Amino acid sequence: MKKEIFEPFNISDNNFEQCVKCTICTVYCPVLEVNPDYPGPKQSGPDGERLRLKDPNFFDESLKLCLNCKRCEVACPHGVKIGDIIQMARIKHSKKKPKVRDMILANTDIVGTMASTFAPIVNPIVALKPVRRIMDGVLKIDHNRIFPKYTGMRFETWYRKHAEKTQNDFKKHVSYFHGCYVNYNFPQLGKDLIKIMNAAGYGVHLLEKEKCCGVALISNGLIKQATKQAKHNVEAFKKSIVEKKMPVISTSSTCIFTIRDEYPHLLGVKNEEIRDESELATRFLFRLIDSGELKLVFKDSYKKRIAYHTPCHMEKLGWSIYSTTLLRMIPGIDFMSLESRCCGIAGTYGFKKENYETSQGVGKPLFDQIDNSGADFVSTDCETCKWQVEMSTTKKVEHPISILAEALDVEATMKLWQE
Amino acid sequence: MKFDNIIIGGGLSGLTCGIKLAEQGRKCAIVSSGQSAIHFFSGSFDLLSKVDGKEVKNPLEGMKSLASNHPYQRVGLENISRLVEEAPQLLVRAGLNFAGQADQNHYALTPMGVMKPTWLTIDDFSRFFHNDSFPWKKAAILNFSGFLDFHTLFVQDGLKKFGVETQVKNFAMKEFEAIRRNPSEMRSTNIAKVFDRGIIIDEFAEKVNELSKGFNVVILPSVFGLFNKNVTAEIRAKIDKPVVLVPAIPPSVPGIRSQILLRKRFEELGGTYFLGDNVEGGTIENNKLVAIQTNNHGDIKLEADQFILASGSFYSKGIVATREKLYEPILGLDIDGEVEDSEKWLDEKFFNDQPYMHYGVKTDKQFRAMMNGKPIENLYVAGSVLGGANALKEGSGAGISLLTSLHVAEQLLK
Repeated sequence: MKKEIFEPFNISDNNFEQCVKCTICTVYCPVLEVNPDYPGPKQSGPDGERLRLKDPNFFDESLKLCLNCKRCEVACPHGVKIGDIIQMARIKHSKKKPKVRDMILANTDIVGTMASTFAPIVNPIVALKPVRRIMDGVLKIDHNRIFPKYTGMRFETWYRKHAEKTQNDFKKHVSYFHGCYVNYNFPQLGKDLIKIMNAAGYGVHLLEKEKCCGVALISNGLIKQATKQAKHNVEAFKKSIVEKKMPVISTSSTCIFTIRDEYPHLLGVKNEEIRDESELATRFLFRLIDSGELKLVFKDSYKKRIAYHTPCHMEKLGWSIYSTTLLRMIPGIDFMSLESRCCGIAGTYGFKKENYETSQGVGKPLFDQIDNSGADFVSTDCETCKWQVEMSTTKKVEHPISILAEALDVEATMKLWQE
Repeated sequence: MKFDNIIIGGGLSGLTCGIKLAEQGRKCAIVSSGQSAIHFFSGSFDLLSKVDGKEVKNPLEGMKSLASNHPYQRVGLENISRLVEEAPQLLVRAGLNFAGQADQNHYALTPMGVMKPTWLTIDDFSRFFHNDSFPWKKAAILNFSGFLDFHTLFVQDGLKKFGVETQVKNFAMKEFEAIRRNPSEMRSTNIAKVFDRGIIIDEFAEKVNELSKGFNVVILPSVFGLFNKNVTAEIRAKIDKPVVLVPAIPPSVPGIRSQILLRKRFEELGGTYFLGDNVEGGTIENNKLVAIQTNNHGDIKLEADQFILASGSFYSKGIVATREKLYEPILGLDIDGEVEDSEKWLDEKFFNDQPYMHYGVKTDKQFRAMMNGKPIENLYVAGSVLGGANALKEGSGAGISLLTSLHVAEQLLK
């Protein structure tokens, strides 16, 4: 039973007592395989917790090497939330203050606003080798990493200019939590979503003011700020879901995972009123199609071989089936499922110099699979997986929503529900 | 989300049932709360090893003296004699080679150094046909320095009883130094992952050949071939002497490989495997289970024409006991056992046949689950969540899982 009152500092939660030391979690930990400095999920999680409950001095900074993929939790036969035990230990006991670098990587909102304002200058500069060397030396952001390009016109700006007016023409409505990536780096995905939702008969609205979901703040130890943003977002979601009766959908698996599961569990920010109606766009569409309310019509001309990669947080949510079922509906798609494995980047983790080697080592089996897949491109629901796969393989990555948008026959689809 | 069949439980029983149904063209899904007990696989599947404490030579004969409510008796001994042929073939189609006969148990060498009667043994391991002697005189028992999950002294003691001269030798290789730094993580699977990369096989074989000079046979812990199933054969080919692998403490390398291959087979047949999801309840209408609700999918229910409950026994929480009460946690199905009288659950002598071990979900003759005294028309039960046997005492766990699953699948395909 879940506790009603959040008491993070005096009791160990997360089904900790259910661990029977079977070590199945360690079999599926991608970090342990490549980095022997990491003690592994059982040792860092429940085993270490026994000691930490007695004495916080048993906290070990090597717990930072966990990339929070939660594959240990998916594997655990007894429902122990191993990843959360580790994350909680970091929140409670880590004595190291976040570095300047960590703050820069974690504050996607502030950095995104600045970078997109000066996009024409920022993009070429951060891509320059000498600049990357300096960032590597001074900030310890690995020089092999290339920052995703910032857009000149933010998604929110584009929306207000080009889409907002027509959204009220529809009978049914949803709100869209676009996240930092769509806003500052890749507005096209947001545009694709609006195209599909409009075709399906839904008007798409923005939240009154959304803030970054905070996943990067949590993983970089900026808990106070993450909690503040979580509270803000929950209020904004409430306005849409409770007051306006508009469900909130998103295209980012990690944002949705954070909002649904990490807010109450790690940050103690309650979200019962909004949780069930905050979900991924692919799940929202699947429900409509599965219940017979919606039919999508696809162009005959779309022909592609696509390899789907299951991001860690999709694996944890158990939701990749929604994206893959939608993709399989497109008649011209030759679909293949990649073996579900961590790509190694884990948000800001892989950008840090000290983690670069681990990150690439973790991703290697996936990269090999992708390079040998013979696919035209890879599809995945996670933006950082996209960066990692594009940096480390020969293939491009597309979001399932973008693929659907391209393959969709908008007029024919609209006709079906307009009749 | 609609399927033909949904199986609750992703262990040996659920996977066997799912594979058989999917092979017949059914659109199937398996919901598994986490990784399964196949990870603890000893390398052998027992059919029936003991009846009333006495060793069984011929399991098919031995079954005749089992109680009438035993799962084997309920499947019917004639059906069983057919299904014991079918089971290993299903495993072969998944890429798992087993050897053994249902009418004659062979023996497997356990990590405790004793000989255990069993039915099918995976090709990693050796089969023996006598329980009091070995076909060799001198054995080298080799172990990796720092590997704590292979108890060489037990094996040595066991072999000594049968007149085999042994020597235990530990050896180190630089590739294992990294995992050795962390003694609690020097586990079979981590060693296996190093071998999976393929780069140390030659060096390892050379070392083994050198250390086993003057012996008839080499005994090694079973730490080969986790994700790369060819490693074991490659290593055997490069070692001059016959190699006998002995299971180490779980998780088991051949076990995990088996789990992976069975799941892969199921998925290649078009099956959907939901891992890390819990079934929280179901909707029953007119004595039929219409849909189940899971933690991950929430309001999107999983619907099917027929369901199979293969959720395991107490350890897997297929049945739950509190201080007061025993129950089936998903739907509250009827239990065959003393549900409310906890005094009767236990025999105070720990090693005796414990009554609770025989408890399970009550079914009708067709293996359909009962609820409030009536069968649910489209919910079948297979594997260890069925009562009527003490798998631990009898050595019958895997047999019951495999054969009741195949039997239930047949009922469903009728």
